[in-house]
Amino acid sequence: MVEKQSRWANVYLVVMFLILYSPIFYLIFCSFNAGQYMQNFSGFSLVHYGELFSDNRMLQIVLNTFVIALLSSLLATIIGTFGALGIFSVRKSFIKNILLSLNNILLVSPDVIIGASFLIFFTLLGLSLGFGSVLMSHIAFSIPIVVLMVLPKLNEMNSSLIDAAQDLGANSWQVLTRVILPYLTPGIAAGFFMAFTYSLDDFAVTFFVTGNGFSTLAVEIYSRARQGVSLEINALSAIMFIISLLLVAGYFFINQHNSARKNKKGRGRG
Amino acid sequence: MKKLIYAMLAVLITSGLLALGARHFEQAQSAATGDERSGKVLNIYNWGAYIDPALITKFEKQTGIKVNYDTFDSNEAMLTKIQQGGTSYDITVPSDYTVQKMKQLGLLHPLDHSKLTTLKYYDPFIMNRAFDPHNEYSVPYFWGTLGITYNDKYVNAKDVQTWNDLWNPKFRDDIMLTDDARDVFGFSLLSMHKSVNTTDNADLLAAKGKLDALMPNVKAIAADEIKMYMAQDQAAIAVGYSGDASEMIEENSHLHYVIPKGGTNLWFDNLVIPKNAKHLAAAYKFINFINEPKNAAQNAQYIGYSTPNWAAKKLLPKSITDQKEFYPDDAMIKDDQVYTNLSQLKTQQYNDLYLEFKMARH
Amino acid sequence: MKNRLFYFIPYSLWLILFVGAPIILMLGESFLSVSHHFTFANYQDFLGSGTYLRMMFNSVWYAFLITLITLIVSFPTALFLSNLKYKQFWLLLIILPTWINLLLKTYAFIGLLSKDGSINHFIELLGFAPQQLLFTDASFILVAAYIEIPFMILPIFNSINEIDRSLINASYDLGATKWQTFRRVILPLSADGIRAGIQAVFIPSLSLFMITRLIGGNRVITLGTAIEEHFLVTQNWGLGSTIGVVLIIAMIITMALTRERKKRGRK
Repeated sequence: MVEKQSRWANVYLVVMFLILYSPIFYLIFCSFNAGQYMQNFSGFSLVHYGELFSDNRMLQIVLNTFVIALLSSLLATIIGTFGALGIFSVRKSFIKNILLSLNNILLVSPDVIIGASFLIFFTLLGLSLGFGSVLMSHIAFSIPIVVLMVLPKLNEMNSSLIDAAQDLGANSWQVLTRVILPYLTPGIAAGFFMAFTYSLDDFAVTFFVTGNGFSTLAVEIYSRARQGVSLEINALSAIMFIISLLLVAGYFFINQHNSARKNKKGRGRG
Repeated sequence: MKKLIYAMLAVLITSGLLALGARHFEQAQSAATGDERSGKVLNIYNWGAYIDPALITKFEKQTGIKVNYDTFDSNEAMLTKIQQGGTSYDITVPSDYTVQKMKQLGLLHPLDHSKLTTLKYYDPFIMNRAFDPHNEYSVPYFWGTLGITYNDKYVNAKDVQTWNDLWNPKFRDDIMLTDDARDVFGFSLLSMHKSVNTTDNADLLAAKGKLDALMPNVKAIAADEIKMYMAQDQAAIAVGYSGDASEMIEENSHLHYVIPKGGTNLWFDNLVIPKNAKHLAAAYKFINFINEPKNAAQNAQYIGYSTPNWAAKKLLPKSITDQKEFYPDDAMIKDDQVYTNLSQLKTQQYNDLYLEFKMARH
Repeated sequence: MKNRLFYFIPYSLWLILFVGAPIILMLGESFLSVSHHFTFANYQDFLGSGTYLRMMFNSVWYAFLITLITLIVSFPTALFLSNLKYKQFWLLLIILPTWINLLLKTYAFIGLLSKDGSINHFIELLGFAPQQLLFTDASFILVAAYIEIPFMILPIFNSINEIDRSLINASYDLGATKWQTFRRVILPLSADGIRAGIQAVFIPSLSLFMITRLIGGNRVITLGTAIEEHFLVTQNWGLGSTIGVVLIIAMIITMALTRERKKRGRK
């Protein structure tokens, strides 16, 4: 499966994956603990999975979390990509740098400050707190990472590509959809996934801007810390992990299948 | 481009389906049919997992009131949200000094005692504390002490009976502290027989000096994780709340909890009704419901903290209520002190000194 | 292009509303005293206090170490990944662990690093005495780096992946060694990705706070910790905001340092 790569490179990758996945495997292992908490494995049991599936509140929160994560990263990716195009098209390097600095402010600001200022902002506008305010906040703090992921691709893009397209009579919409966006796709995908990660993991901002019974997984987990995070959450993480793994594998399989077919038929367009 | 559009559609459709699923679970969750229009709703703002969920279901069945349960992870964070508004809660659960602070900020609704049918079940010594005289704004939910948890594999019981024992050089690198300026300064002040609410500069500086001398014994300063660390034998001694201690002991039978002789801090988590509550009747109903001895006992058994309800205490198994360290008799806690709210300037001073103490570690 | 401007509207709105709000709050509050009067006292407090300056130094130093380690570990990973056949699949597998809640992963690390945790069992297996791993600078940096690794790998991978294979082949054909090809071809052509990765890791690392307590046992105290405390516990939003402003300045400096130098002719 490897082309001209030494064995050591593969060993390195295997070690890397082991390190990245060791805490996850540990979590999953603990989810089968008959005991109450992560320490002291006292026997195999599925009791925490049973708890999870009878906990309607938790299941509702999980689904809400994913709705927020998917929608916010989608919108953040769209806005961020166009934002990156905008920043890229600015010619004066001074203005470009200011824009970039502004872009990164939310990356560097601690979550409490972002959360508190969004809360003040929303209450000033008289917005009711809940799904809408959480969604907007997640879009807001995910945009900068999308820009950061898309911009390098834009910088790498050969401007002769665009010139050539224009010479061939393409209008700017066509240049965008036929040349620029396809070229940017890896960066856009990276931005989407990073935004998704940010959204799933955010606690502090969501805490401040949520209300009216709307909650996300991170808020629920953190607020349970004082009473001890139960293994129900481990069971949940194990299931989430397996599902994402299956989705990733499934997506990949379909993709592979399609491109194999396309290749047979001749050159396919991306 | 096509690929991007397909991906976009896939994300939209998936989130639509997930939203439907969330809706389903929301409806499945509630035993009551009340909604915002009928007014049969109760918005509770509590620490995560700080109530037996079965009691919420029972309350909903009994009253037909739908409970919305939101959670917070610290008094301060909760206070900031209530203060800012934007969402209104009918019940929340602040600790002692936070009750006082909320009262001072005018964020609390005065309780109408004639509507509280379960007041008679409270232990008298728990009521009428300085943070809320005559329980005008709050009634206790759970209570406990600040104390020392030790592991009998490494520590003799007789070596940890007072606060001053912590300074014993043989506990080098053995002690875990809770990450809270009030608690850390609290026990340092207590060890010198000073008030945990002192505003005296000399006292505070002396407490800080004494803490600096404790530093070689301090292994780490952490928060809720201490429970995990202690259960895993990571440290021999922890300073923390009795509620956390009871959880640790459940996990690791080598652990024991001591209320230090010579006085300690007594803490209370309390039920209050915020000023901007919209469902007062439901809130009173809930306070009465949760204090029904049977319900209070069930809740105490689920949470593992000490209940302030004497009638509920009688319903609890003897094995629990006989534990003197969690249900101390009056003599053990007669010198105990409760936190009162400090002015912002003093809070700042406590925290600045505390930060300096933490920074002095390298 | 007129259209460009049109696409730029939502982004500009975001800049004005959601970036503007925190900036105004931070700048405004940073010049307010506790009693809400205009003052420079917060900045004087910050700059005049050894505690905060040391904390700032700590933050920058640890963020630097975290970024450095992350970069050293991530670059080869990204490079090797780009040679794999199903690289997009493996890349997704790198991202997957980030979808599990951070607090939970940190708890898992506590289990792994604890006195009789898996890592110590492993150390014993190798014939060494068990070590105190938790509450050390090393464990703090390792866990922080662990969390940041995917954010570094992703942009680097994307830029390496873009390199035209024929360039590398040409380099070999011209007699370059592996190392020369790496230094002269791969490294310069992935510079944009490296820069993006450094920015995506270093900037957020400046304000880390939770891991400092959980894994570091508060042995490491960064500006993030102080802000948390001023915003929540002491309710001194003024000083908290001042530290926020300092972080923004640190970010701008970072951006300036990692900015692409004047465009050279590209090969």
